Amino acid sequence: MNPLLELTQVGIEFSTAKGSFRALQNVDLKINKGEYISLIGHSGCGKSTVLNIVAGLLQATEGGVVLKGKEVNEPGPERAVVFQNHSLLPWLSAYENVELAVKQVFRGKKSKAEMKAWIEHNLELVHMTHAMHKRPDEISGGMKQRVGIARALAMEPQVLLMDEPFGALDALTRAHLQDSLMDIQKELNNTVIMITHDVDEAVLLSDRIVMMTNGPAATIGEILDIDLERPRNRLQLADDPRYNHYRHQVLSFLYEKQRKTDDSQTAAQSSAPAEQTTIKENNETRAINTPAGQADVHGPEQEKLNTLKTA
Amino acid sequence: MSIALTQTLSKISWLEPMIKAVQGENRSQNLSIIAKAIGIPLAGILVFLMIWHAAASSINTSLGKFPGPADVLIQSKTLISEHITEREKAAAFYQRQDERNARRLAQDPDYVVKIRDYTGKPTYVDQIGTSLITVLSGFLIASMIAIPLGIVIGLSANLYSAFNPVIQIFKPVSPLAWLPLVTMVVSAVYVSDDPLVAKSFVTSMITVMLCCLWPTVINTAVGVASISQDLKNVSQVLRLSWLTHVRKIVLPAAIPMMFTGLRLSLSIAWMVLIAAEMLAQNPGLGKFVWDEFQNGSSNSLGRIMVAVITIGLIGFALDRMMLLLQRMVSWDKSATLR
Repeated sequence: MNPLLELTQVGIEFSTAKGSFRALQNVDLKINKGEYISLIGHSGCGKSTVLNIVAGLLQATEGGVVLKGKEVNEPGPERAVVFQNHSLLPWLSAYENVELAVKQVFRGKKSKAEMKAWIEHNLELVHMTHAMHKRPDEISGGMKQRVGIARALAMEPQVLLMDEPFGALDALTRAHLQDSLMDIQKELNNTVIMITHDVDEAVLLSDRIVMMTNGPAATIGEILDIDLERPRNRLQLADDPRYNHYRHQVLSFLYEKQRKTDDSQTAAQSSAPAEQTTIKENNETRAINTPAGQADVHGPEQEKLNTLKTA
Repeated sequence: MSIALTQTLSKISWLEPMIKAVQGENRSQNLSIIAKAIGIPLAGILVFLMIWHAAASSINTSLGKFPGPADVLIQSKTLISEHITEREKAAAFYQRQDERNARRLAQDPDYVVKIRDYTGKPTYVDQIGTSLITVLSGFLIASMIAIPLGIVIGLSANLYSAFNPVIQIFKPVSPLAWLPLVTMVVSAVYVSDDPLVAKSFVTSMITVMLCCLWPTVINTAVGVASISQDLKNVSQVLRLSWLTHVRKIVLPAAIPMMFTGLRLSLSIAWMVLIAAEMLAQNPGLGKFVWDEFQNGSSNSLGRIMVAVITIGLIGFALDRMMLLLQRMVSWDKSATLR
């Protein structure tokens, strides 16, 4: 069987004021239909960059991504993204946020009534029916992320890309959403690529865990197959020796083989010290209006900063 | 019903405690809140009036003493009564004309009725009306140019850099510098046997427009340019067309900044208008001030002072109206609007 999604020798180089910066190289990955893949690695290792390349938001400078035999070179709804910070439009209700996506994807394919039913169905999947006419500022962080997932699912993507979908949530809400996601996954059997920092989350949800080496010039270090039968139950697994073994393997990769030492950190920083500080500022001033001059900075430079920050 | 009304009214800061006090809820505390909300601004105004009164009586000009609050009150009453008598005269004129026409029709059924307009001089209220129409039409045209322009240059960093120097250079230009040019261009271009509106109106309006374009352009552009990358990514993933992107994402995101610009523009428009009307002789408040200055009677300074206060009050009212409009249009009802 041909893989659904294929990354071949993907590499990316950003040009910065201080010369070029190589974020990724030689990333090879084949993903089959219905597979749930997690990308895990330390901050700054380029996980988000991989995801953004698959999403089409960034262009690889070497190699390429092929989805169902077609090369990926721009963003599109068949590769729906669940963003880390939900990215809902604050002026639209939950329903309208999903509606925007559904109208865009199913224009001419579904009637008005079918669209309405489809939007409501997807909001029901994530248990948001009771608050579907509320705006993002009226619902909690976990609920926003649910709507973000509903929006992505409603596009009927061939691959669902999730950029640390639960990273900004508290532990209890996160566990709750992970369970919801597993239920949905049982029903829809989507192909998923998820970025995570959380070892438990990776082992619990994934069929395979892709572990990435530290940047610069990050690549895939190891791939771990998680052979645990579904449905998985977090309580039972907590005592399961296989689960703990997988967990141990990921942890040993992250903290022994790819240990983030002070040396490697300073090395990474010295390659781009100026950027590091800008990133922080960007992160903090993001929600507020940035002054005109700063707001003009976009394009690859800005994307690179964002990527470095979230990776 | 009463609850809805209460909620609407409670947006005014001192009304809520007043309603509560009337309802008998924690009366003494609410009364002290009212005293603070109304009393302190009132005290400020009173102190100002006292200082004004004291200062005015010690300033002597060739037209008599500088008008104090009392003179202004007298003059504003005169202006209103002048307006009323003028309206009565006009009504009487039209009535006489109607009667005359009816008589002539009775005598000669073929008579073609002619209706002549009343040609009395515009009253103070008429002049306020003219000023408002001029400023609003100038502001409206400016907004129709500035908002699309701001969106387009906000979307592209290159266009922004291209337009920015021009905007920065024209932004600080005084209306007085534009006026001679506008006057000459209008008299050359706006030639018509039966003009729809007076030349002085067009000149004032265009001057207002030229001066109040810039804040809206700049603020809209900044608002558009500072849309978060996340929302742009959403738009890209959805493959929104340019128009949908602008309608669904850019416009709502930029509305708060756009209104900041619009409010700045409107207040500039109102300030510019008075100067423009003085020089272009557009029959509005600016011309009123100028005519009174040229007139130089003992009442003139008082009447000008009435105009000054009117201008201030109308400027304030215009700003409040923009704020109400922003509340209606903006999605972000929780944002503090000032």
